[in-house]
Amino acid sequence: MDRNKFLYGLTGIFDSPDEITHAADEAVKEGFTKFDVNTPYPLHGMNKAMNLPPSKLGYVALIFGLSGTLGALLSLWWVSAVDYPIIVGGKPFFSFPAYIPVMFEVTVLSASIATVLAMLFFFFKLPNNSHPLNSTVYMKKVSADKYGIVIPANDPKFEETTVRIFLEKVHAKEITSQFWDEEEIYHKHKIFEPKFITFLIVAALITSATTYFSLNKLMFMVPFNWMMEQSKQNPQQLSKVFADGFGMRNPVDGTIARGFLPYEFKNRPELAGEKLVNPIPISKESLHLGQTKYDIYCIPCHGFNGDGNSRLRGQFPSPPSLHSEKNRTWTDGRIFAVITDGQNVMPSYSTQLNNDERWAVINYIRVLQRALNAKETDLK
Amino acid sequence: MISSSVEYQKKELPVKIKTIGLMLLLAGLVIVILGYLVNPDRAAYNNIIALAFLISIAVGSLFFTAIEFLAGAVWSTPFRRISEFLSSLVWVIPVLFIPLLININSVFHWTHPLPSEKSLIDKAPYLNVNFFVIRVLAFWLIWIIFYFFLSKNSRKQDFTKDQFLTRKNIKLSAVFMPFFAITISFTAIDWLMSTEPHWFSTIFGVYYFSGTVLTALSAVTIFVITLNTNEYLVKGISNDSYYSLGALLFAFTNFWAYIAFSQFLLIWYANLPEETFWFLARWEGNWKIFSIGLIVIHFLVPYIGLLTQPSKMNPKRLVVMAGWILFAHYYDLFWLVMPNFFKDGIPLNWIEFGFPIFISGLVILVFYYQSKKNNLVAIGDPKLKRGLDFRL
Repeated sequence: MDRNKFLYGLTGIFDSPDEITHAADEAVKEGFTKFDVNTPYPLHGMNKAMNLPPSKLGYVALIFGLSGTLGALLSLWWVSAVDYPIIVGGKPFFSFPAYIPVMFEVTVLSASIATVLAMLFFFFKLPNNSHPLNSTVYMKKVSADKYGIVIPANDPKFEETTVRIFLEKVHAKEITSQFWDEEEIYHKHKIFEPKFITFLIVAALITSATTYFSLNKLMFMVPFNWMMEQSKQNPQQLSKVFADGFGMRNPVDGTIARGFLPYEFKNRPELAGEKLVNPIPISKESLHLGQTKYDIYCIPCHGFNGDGNSRLRGQFPSPPSLHSEKNRTWTDGRIFAVITDGQNVMPSYSTQLNNDERWAVINYIRVLQRALNAKETDLK
Repeated sequence: MISSSVEYQKKELPVKIKTIGLMLLLAGLVIVILGYLVNPDRAAYNNIIALAFLISIAVGSLFFTAIEFLAGAVWSTPFRRISEFLSSLVWVIPVLFIPLLININSVFHWTHPLPSEKSLIDKAPYLNVNFFVIRVLAFWLIWIIFYFFLSKNSRKQDFTKDQFLTRKNIKLSAVFMPFFAITISFTAIDWLMSTEPHWFSTIFGVYYFSGTVLTALSAVTIFVITLNTNEYLVKGISNDSYYSLGALLFAFTNFWAYIAFSQFLLIWYANLPEETFWFLARWEGNWKIFSIGLIVIHFLVPYIGLLTQPSKMNPKRLVVMAGWILFAHYYDLFWLVMPNFFKDGIPLNWIEFGFPIFISGLVILVFYYQSKKNNLVAIGDPKLKRGLDFRL
């Protein structure tokens, strides 16, 4: 068998970065195109010396970066403007400024990950376990403190004697012929080899069985996602504590919420007029509150002066004047019943005005009535 | 001695440069004076912009000089003198702030707040005329002192070749850094942010700083490349040094965009009326086009123009981009100041062109006289040889 057939290439070793840079320069001049240089650390200026074209890695970063930008924009637009629009902070659904930080992050992330992966697996072609220079003396030296050049046999200009002369000319030391490992060339490892498949299956079985037994039988750890399963009563859940099975309980009969007074005179205004007494004494504060609330809730129909001259006049049946004889002689409790329950067209105002506010409004109505029907004594 | 291996033959700049500088200076001065006579308010507003721009070049160059000493950088040593010359512009800063201090009452609204403007009355302990003048003078004095000693040591080294002077300058630069941070932030607040005294932004100082460094770097880049291609500097400055300048320009373009966007995003998100009105004012009338133009001019064009590696090494491209960034910074300052005084936009006026012409004349003239007096290269610097050997 012809040994040269398995020649990988010739290597030479140098002592200093300047020498190797010079050697690379000369190799370019000699016309070698596939030679490579091995140094313990990156050498500045080596790209130029080896006449390498600019790296294409930048394009990977550009393409993946831009697709990251675009992907982030599209997904944000889809999520927040199309699929599940929610108003956040009063901003429009598609609010571009808020997307920019996310787009920026995704751009950086996808560009950097793609660059690293492309560099390792596409440009460096790792992992490469069967490279003929692996575990050679040459490789050990250039990994420590020497600088090496390798001119491979597949270079179009390669011819063992001329290359050897060239390497001697540039003062390379330890010029060595490197050979392919014959076993590496002939012995193809097959992925579907029965031995290998069996090994994989056994390894998988052992790993999963060990994991299962150690985590579930030997020690018991509550997984984190079980936090949602807590021993508490959730709404709409069957209760195991109470006999009727309801989780939600009614309050004890007769319970009254804080700040809440029951109204016992619903639909019995006359009785309310008899029984209810205004608990709010007339004071500056109470009249002020009454005026405020009256000006908000009552004037649309009753008008500022209570005479029914309002901006809704003519569009609805006009309310009777608050200055009528009937109204003036009504007790405070009777008016309270009207505000609480409503009357004719007037709806109930019990949700808009709480008890105290209703009494305050009544006090203010009394002021309005008195203003139109003043007594002699008021002038003093 | 290391530096003896560097060959430097001093070459005088042609007198033509001086004539050009002087003519620009005079032409600018005529327009400025006419502007002050015709429309004093508008001329004063332009004066603020011009002052901020001059401080950007002068103090930014001083920062660049100091950071070289502090970081022990070698790549910029062969042309450190250029940034020293440019930082000597700190001497002429008063030319631009004295007219403003004289006119202070008609320029700054905060000098006479209305009784209803409670926020301005609350700010009065800081924003009052006396304290303002004290600050302006104190900051100027700080710059002068640091410039004086840094450049004195550097020039002395040309003759003595004393390495100890570099050590001295390193210490001086370390002391200068906090002073620089404080003075440049408060300069931004005093001259630029206080043109709209109701508004506030905590990042504003950094915003102005990013523009400052960009401007100084651009000015240095233009001078370095022009002088080097005409062989006024030492032999051996390679494209790798240009690349570093380009990379810094690119980095600070991104930094500016980052800061500008941070300022905008927080205000946009919080949506508080006392902050948003400032941006809304820049979205009215033709200011809207102007604001969109800022993104394009100050970020997109330099970003794309300097993105690739070859473009950072190409001297012609670098000079064009550096000139563009100078323009962009002036545009940025215009955008910061003018909408505060003119709502709904303004048409460009001839008054606007006076100050840029004046400043370019000033820079060229000051540079010419500095280069006449001193060596264009710090030949005594122990880092010079290593700087020339710098490769990427």
